[in-house]
Amino acid sequence: MNNPFIRLEEVSKSFGLLTVVEGLNLEIGKGEFISLLGPSGSGKTTILMMLAGFENPTSGAIWAGGKRIDSLPPHRRNMGVVFQNYALFPHMTVSENVAFPLKMRNVPRAKVKERVGKALDMVQLGSLAERRPSQLSGGQQQRVALARALIFEPEVVLMDEPLGALDKQLREQMQLDIRDLHRRLELTIVFVTHDQSEALTMSDRIAIFNRGKIEQIGKPSDIYDHPSTQFVAEFIGETNLVRGCVQSVEGGTARVQLPGGQEVFVETATDLRPNSSVCLSIRPERIKVGRREAAGNNITAAVSDIVYHGDHLRLVARSDSQSLTIKTDRSQPTLSIGDEVQLSFLSSDCWVVSA
Amino acid sequence: MSVLRFSKLIFGSATVFFLIAPLIAILPLAFTDSVFLNYPIPGYSTRWFVELFTAGVWQRSIINSLIIGCGTTVLATFLGTVGALGLRDKQLSLVLTTIKTIFLLPMVVPAVVLGVGMQLMFARYALTNTYLGVIIAHTVVAVPFVVVNVLAVLQGIDRRLEQAAASLGAAPVTVLKQVTLPLALPGIVSGAVFAFATSLDEVVLTLFVAGPNQRTLARQMFSTIRENISPAIAAAAFVFIVGTVLIAIVVNFSRGTNRANE
Repeated sequence: MNNPFIRLEEVSKSFGLLTVVEGLNLEIGKGEFISLLGPSGSGKTTILMMLAGFENPTSGAIWAGGKRIDSLPPHRRNMGVVFQNYALFPHMTVSENVAFPLKMRNVPRAKVKERVGKALDMVQLGSLAERRPSQLSGGQQQRVALARALIFEPEVVLMDEPLGALDKQLREQMQLDIRDLHRRLELTIVFVTHDQSEALTMSDRIAIFNRGKIEQIGKPSDIYDHPSTQFVAEFIGETNLVRGCVQSVEGGTARVQLPGGQEVFVETATDLRPNSSVCLSIRPERIKVGRREAAGNNITAAVSDIVYHGDHLRLVARSDSQSLTIKTDRSQPTLSIGDEVQLSFLSSDCWVVSA
Repeated sequence: MSVLRFSKLIFGSATVFFLIAPLIAILPLAFTDSVFLNYPIPGYSTRWFVELFTAGVWQRSIINSLIIGCGTTVLATFLGTVGALGLRDKQLSLVLTTIKTIFLLPMVVPAVVLGVGMQLMFARYALTNTYLGVIIAHTVVAVPFVVVNVLAVLQGIDRRLEQAAASLGAAPVTVLKQVTLPLALPGIVSGAVFAFATSLDEVVLTLFVAGPNQRTLARQMFSTIRENISPAIAAAAFVFIVGTVLIAIVVNFSRGTNRANE
């Protein structure tokens, strides 16, 4: 990346014998919305705590805006932090909470009042300024926390699972709101989450964490379409993992034999050797049912389960020893369990992942 | 009513009676018009209250109790709060665990032992027969109550509130002043009240370190009952009990408002 705004260089963090983050390198651009996604214990929150200054790296360096910040105390980093449990000061009113960062910066009283008013309007809470946090709903509290973290115009906003405590509908609304604020205020946002759909909808880039390391980093569509490892393929969205043996490779397309003897063509960017064993990821919604595609891969399978999901059907089909999940719309002719079906998918929808 | 519930009620009442019977026994005697501290009461008057608030020795001892009580409260609350701030982590290192135990030790160490030690030590530093000496002695036994109360509140404070304040630009001292201490206030207040109450009824240490000029109300009652058994003791006891009940109400009230704020 040219001129990254935040740079983590070989950052490691251990608590006693436990290494939580190991030799991490990460660059974040100005104005970027990056999500750190991973299961709990994968080190993503620890990274955020180190960016905020609540934890110090065991080794390595953190740079922000050209300055090395890893030994700077939190109050001198000028980063807004939004916590999952909101962390509003219970002994202050909403407007006192939002005014807090301005008071810390000795902003004159009249100015504080004006800016607090604006910030609360921004999150549509102007009418609740004199309430206590305990008198607000979860969604309202999170909006106050957001206003408080944004009012001092920080260079970076760090969010630690900020929507984790909200119910689904509110969460989706807040996702759009945060996305909108990000665009309007040109914020740099580092967003920690374990919710893959949240990361996919909101981020410019996603970094997938596993055991203290970044497993893959890239645009949401890149990660979804071209997962580099089995872990990423399974963590982001749903997938079918199929093992096979490479027969031959010709110009970016490999011929792979499945355990049952059927052969499929796979487009690949990585170098594959004939006779090596590979793992393929095929997304359930990319598999078509009941049609032969001249250009694609065709396999026959028997339907073993059909699950009704309202807007789509989920089929489970067995082909030899392989079980495949297929997400299909309901325009299909009615199928029943035991029917033999033709499955087809393009060679470009079939992706080789490393174990 | 089941047998179990019935026996619970009986045992409960018996225990409560056992605990408050001495108080009930002494209270009516405060209003006797006789010069003897015994039943039956010939007639009722408030003469012993008048005596309590006008006689030189009693007046002096009440003032002494207030001076020493306030001094102890200030000192113990400060030390106990600072101590609790240092010991608030739920997982303490061995050194801190030891320090915490030492902080709480005066609660269990026999006061007589403390008293002997203090007298020897205070004599060396010319603190015997001084107000400061008595205040220090009372502070030693009052600090654990403050530590326990403040620790309980501090451990309930979400660390992320302090992290949030720091990230919003508050230096550590500001975080302490604006976030930690206001949130710990209910614990500090009840700690202070306990400190005051401890000082008020402390007799043993006072016997060892106080001189005639620092005679407290509790100490005065102790010597009066040995020397002339005046019903003024009952009046003093009455004042004590009313004062304690008021203090208990203050503590409960401060806890109540704390809960309402959450």
